[in-house]
Amino acid sequence: MLEAGRWLYVAGANGVGKTSLLRMVCGLAPVESGQILWNDQPIQSQRDAYRQDLCYLGHLNALQESMTVNENLVFTAALGGVAPEPGQIDSVLAHFGVGGRGEQLVRHLSQGQKRRVALSRLALSQARLWVLDEPFVAMDEAGVRMLADLIAAHLAKGGLTVLTSHQQVPIGNMPPQMLELRA
Amino acid sequence: MNTRVIHWFKFASPQNFYVLAGRMWPWFATLAALLTAVGLWISFFVAPTDAQQGEGYRIIFVHVPTSQMSMFIYLVMAAWAGFGLAFNTRLSGMMASALAPTGALFAFLSLVTGALWGKPMWGAWWVWDARLTSELILLFLYLGFLALQASIDDPRRADKACAVLALVGVVNVPIIYFSVKWWNTLHQGASVSLTRSPTMASTMLWGMLIMVVACWMYAITIALLRVRNIILERERHTEWVKHALE
Amino acid sequence: MKKLGLASVMLALLRREFAVALRQKGEVLTPLVFFVVIASLFPLGVGPESALLLRMAPGVLWVSALLAAMLSLQRLFATDYIDGSLEQMALSGTPLGLLVVAKALSHFLLSGLPLVLMAPVLGLQFGLDGRALGILMLTLLLGTPTLSLIGSIGAALTLGVRGAGVLLSLLILPLYIPVLIFGAGAVEADAAGLGFGGHLSLLAALLVLSAFFAPLATTTALRISLE
Repeated sequence: MLEAGRWLYVAGANGVGKTSLLRMVCGLAPVESGQILWNDQPIQSQRDAYRQDLCYLGHLNALQESMTVNENLVFTAALGGVAPEPGQIDSVLAHFGVGGRGEQLVRHLSQGQKRRVALSRLALSQARLWVLDEPFVAMDEAGVRMLADLIAAHLAKGGLTVLTSHQQVPIGNMPPQMLELRA
Repeated sequence: MNTRVIHWFKFASPQNFYVLAGRMWPWFATLAALLTAVGLWISFFVAPTDAQQGEGYRIIFVHVPTSQMSMFIYLVMAAWAGFGLAFNTRLSGMMASALAPTGALFAFLSLVTGALWGKPMWGAWWVWDARLTSELILLFLYLGFLALQASIDDPRRADKACAVLALVGVVNVPIIYFSVKWWNTLHQGASVSLTRSPTMASTMLWGMLIMVVACWMYAITIALLRVRNIILERERHTEWVKHALE
Repeated sequence: MKKLGLASVMLALLRREFAVALRQKGEVLTPLVFFVVIASLFPLGVGPESALLLRMAPGVLWVSALLAAMLSLQRLFATDYIDGSLEQMALSGTPLGLLVVAKALSHFLLSGLPLVLMAPVLGLQFGLDGRALGILMLTLLLGTPTLSLIGSIGAALTLGVRGAGVLLSLLILPLYIPVLIFGAGAVEADAAGLGFGGHLSLLAALLVLSAFFAPLATTTALRISLE
């Protein structure tokens, strides 16, 4: 049971099924036994509403290589049913350390930069539940700090977060609820 | 009444169905063998020689049952598939997979026997009449199902994907049949009806009926045997399978 | 941030498809070239006798259009599946069915419509007259959206599967047969004096049917592939 403003840290060795669990939380993978509840209701009975409140970041960046960074982010926002204000994307990109690259094709970015663009989706999202699969992987110290602060701010606003990570990263002052998976 | 309801749901578990199938298939096999023997005897010895078609017509005793079964099996397959998608049961998908090869076999046999009949009757190994052509397309649908099943590694995903395919197919079969009939009449092609026999002697009808039921029994037998194999393979990680195979 | 209506979201998706297509022109043009090549193979195979070619023309052009449409179907969901965009689309607040319709529509606009426009040129090679060309274009116009819709089911079922391209063809071609029969039959029916109205209505009926049911099947298939 995860409450508003808290975050859940899913721990476990490689291959134990952390990603599968996260995908089940998202409703992507079927659940063999048990149920996922959102606001005390099973997610199957409120599919669209649940997805509106959900932002998932998996291992893949979900960026179309042939489009520019701006185009990608505008599209992602459109999927969520919103259009960003002018300048909002630029400021978000700057915050993530990829400022000024709005008009570049994603193809021309480095892996690290692509990952940051993918993460900046979080800042543009209005979802209350963030499900993050190894978000700190391949990030430098500054990047890790920045993401942790972003998550802390999200939690402070009443959001929830479920994340997996091999590194123990403190998020603000909030201790996580722990879920340890064992094979 | 209550206990009987619980009884049926018990068999939705692969383990219990494995046992049930194991007990059932010998009965169906016996019936199949018996009925085939009777049917073939009627077709070859009892049914009279046809006035127009001589002895060669006797192949319809295999052709008609196989073509009917090929269509019926597709329906049953699609029903199992739909059931599995709706209720997320594992066994339904396994049943559909168990039926598919038999259905394909019947479709193929129907085409071969159709050709064997056609050659002496109309001098051609193949005529593009509506029924034969629809049967050919049905065979393609079966082959597509089998191919999709074979290419997806995860059995659960394969079952579900094939279920969607089977349902789409079953909806399309009437449309395909109608369009092929249209095509056939438009081009005034060979409008022979391979089951056109208005003056069928009653023995012929009986023979065909018995053969249809015989095919049915055969299909059930093979499906039960095959589903047992599928269950063993898919559930091989469970305890009861390890015991069963010892 | 401004709220967007469903129509705007659909437009956003269409715009995305077009943006990608414009920047990867080769992928859009290759099926069209394929269309021309296949259609030209038939006279090479059966000989240039004009009466024969004239009779064959509607069927040949329709079959070539089928095959060309199928070539581009493989790309419908594949890139988005591989880079994770499809997953995001499935998880977004926008109904997946809407996105599927938008994808099928963009497939029609980018591959079906060009076929419709190129068909008359090829038809002339086969000796079809103006009236026949017009009917042929009409049938292709009504038929190619159906091909996109039905094809999307196959594309969704074979995502990430070994040998997806050929498997897609095997699965979809039997389902295309009614469209082929009514589409190709219209010209000949008209030439025989039977009128092409019936064929067109049947094509329209198939289009309506597939517009209703194909997105449902495709969304189910997509979610299965994403599991």
